[in-house]
Amino acid sequence: MYEGAVQDLIDELGHLPGVGPKSAQRIAFHLLVADEDEVKRLVDALVQVKSRVRFCAVCGNVAEAETCRICSDDRRDASLICVVEEPKDVVAVERTREFRGRYHVLGGAISPMEGVGPDDLSIAQLFTRLADGSVTEVIIATDPNLEGEATATYLARALGTMGVRVSRLASGLPVGGDLEYADEITLGRAFEGRRLIHA
Amino acid sequence: MYLRHLSIGDFRSYARAELALTPGVTTLVGRNGEGKTNLAEAMGYLATLGSHRVSQDAPLVRFGAERAIVRGLVDRGGRETLVELEIVPGRANRARLNRSPATRPREVLGTLRTVLFAPEDLSLVKGDPAERRRFLDDLLVARQPRWAAVRSDYDKIVRQRNALLKSAAPTLGPRRRRRSSRPATGPESEEVAAALRTLDVWNDQLAAAGAQLLYARLRLLRDLRPLLARAYDAVSDSSADARATYRASLHEEVADAIADGQVPTAEELRDALLATLAEQRAAEIERGVSLAGPHRDDLVLTLGELPAKGYASHGESWSFALALRLGAFWLLRHDLGDDPVLVLDDVFAELDAGRRRRLAGLIADCEQVVITAAVPEDVPAELAGTRFTVAKGHVEPAEAPAPGLGSERRPDHEPQRDPRSEPEPDAPPEPESPPEPADGVGTPEAGP
Ligand SMILES: Nc1ncnc2c1ncn2[C@@H]1O[C@H](COP(=O)(O)OP(=O)(O)O)[C@@H](O)[C@H]1O
Ligand SMILES: [Mg+2]
Ligand SMILES: [Zn+2]
Repeated sequence: MYEGAVQDLIDELGHLPGVGPKSAQRIAFHLLVADEDEVKRLVDALVQVKSRVRFCAVCGNVAEAETCRICSDDRRDASLICVVEEPKDVVAVERTREFRGRYHVLGGAISPMEGVGPDDLSIAQLFTRLADGSVTEVIIATDPNLEGEATATYLARALGTMGVRVSRLASGLPVGGDLEYADEITLGRAFEGRRLIHA
Repeated sequence: MYLRHLSIGDFRSYARAELALTPGVTTLVGRNGEGKTNLAEAMGYLATLGSHRVSQDAPLVRFGAERAIVRGLVDRGGRETLVELEIVPGRANRARLNRSPATRPREVLGTLRTVLFAPEDLSLVKGDPAERRRFLDDLLVARQPRWAAVRSDYDKIVRQRNALLKSAAPTLGPRRRRRSSRPATGPESEEVAAALRTLDVWNDQLAAAGAQLLYARLRLLRDLRPLLARAYDAVSDSSADARATYRASLHEEVADAIADGQVPTAEELRDALLATLAEQRAAEIERGVSLAGPHRDDLVLTLGELPAKGYASHGESWSFALALRLGAFWLLRHDLGDDPVLVLDDVFAELDAGRRRRLAGLIADCEQVVITAAVPEDVPAELAGTRFTVAKGHVEPAEAPAPGLGSERRPDHEPQRDPRSEPEPDAPPEPESPPEPADGVGTPEAGP
């Protein structure tokens, strides 16, 4: 245990995902000896991200305005929606340059063990987007693991009655994985080879 | 295949140990509690990523140490593979194959195959169904490592589904419905419908993965049955018929067909699972657990007309357990065209002279057999092989010539290399981190 402020910093850092107690300590001491400017830039970035960034009112992606960059881009195909779990998955799919439609970010996947059910995801919002009939295909790009598959199956069933084409990313993605970590080529191929669940 | 070198660090009672092994028979001799089973366990862990004694990894790490290292150099038809495992309780293991980190520890499955028979195996006969399911699934994975993924997916699906059933009970269950005076429309029925829809999703998943697992078990059992009967005949002197009947937690018609030895298609099993889940729905919601699927099945062992569990004598139970392992050994030998390493932990002390002799005859032609015993006299003379002494968490070649019974003869089918006179030329050298072992782990036992 360290004295007051240092320990507070270590504790705060330790709450961050992927940062264990040892890393938290290392980062804290790095900041302690870093020069004033470096620390100021970090503080600014933190403040900015909290004050400027929010979630897109349409798709749930991160945004700096009411809607995100992709939702406000007219060149994107509004008839195609790619459903992903997290904003980081939008970045992964964008990297492939394979997809020119828009996104819908669920905010997770169905996982009873973690107490996450369909109502905890932005599924109702997705249905609202489909209501006017302008969307013709929904591509489900949840993670290739059990929870992602369960979410995809749930969505496919729920969307079955909506008169929209539903497809799922082709397998070939490493099973048990995270979309985020799939390399661009594999993920690109998965898009091309997506299989139709409902015509 | 055979294990050429075993190296452990901070595993069980060992700070570190090096064991240079040869094809043929090796005996590890030491009094009780000196660390023989710990060595057998390390070999089993390299092959299965699990212990035959404990389900958690914590007891495997030497008390007070942070991590254990287990390393094995496997020779298969002259091709060598180095498997290295780092066991840190509460975290995923790290593994390396020929010094390259494996993305998942599972990748090392199949490099070393062992069939381990230990006193704990009595629970295959006397214990809960879970012991016998584990026997089948372990064998499945030894046969084809890809089943490890299906098995772990299936376990996760059951846990997810049970969590849903528990959480949904107040929504779906009869108690809530009884208490509620609201009509079956409005927001609550929507909630019910949503929960039901997710249950259907998990039913699909359970049925898909469960049918695969079940189908694989049934085919495995079809191949194992004749070997089991033959093995029981060979190790016991009784003429009773040793049989294993699969009892599936499916509705009667299909369960009966399976008990008769039929193997439905995976598709039929999936349908049967879905149908059974539908039948059990109310009961599952009431109890909050998944009541159908391979995790509820059993393998019923019978001797002649009688079930082994509860009826067989101690000796019969022992023979049955041994026959299951021997059958598994023969199955793998036949399937892979290659012998797994046979590890017999403390087996001979339990057997009378006749059974000892018979067992010795049965395993004489195995590529590698590792035998542990408290006293050398327990091991039949023809199986003495190369002897190591185990004492206080140390293992070393026994004094030459080894005293006691069995040292005069070596098995004549395999020329033995003496680990004392011949230094291991290509034992695993020190790897860089990770895994980072204690200094010097990985250096072979130097000959005097
Ligand atoms: N994690 C551990 N750390 C230290 N010692 C251990 C650990 N696990 C088991 N032991 C010790 O190992 C001994 C048992 O070794 P074991 O191989 O089972 O004996 P045996 O030679 O009878 O087969 C016991 O004395 C036990 O205290
Ligand atoms: Mg023992
Ligand atoms: Zn958006």
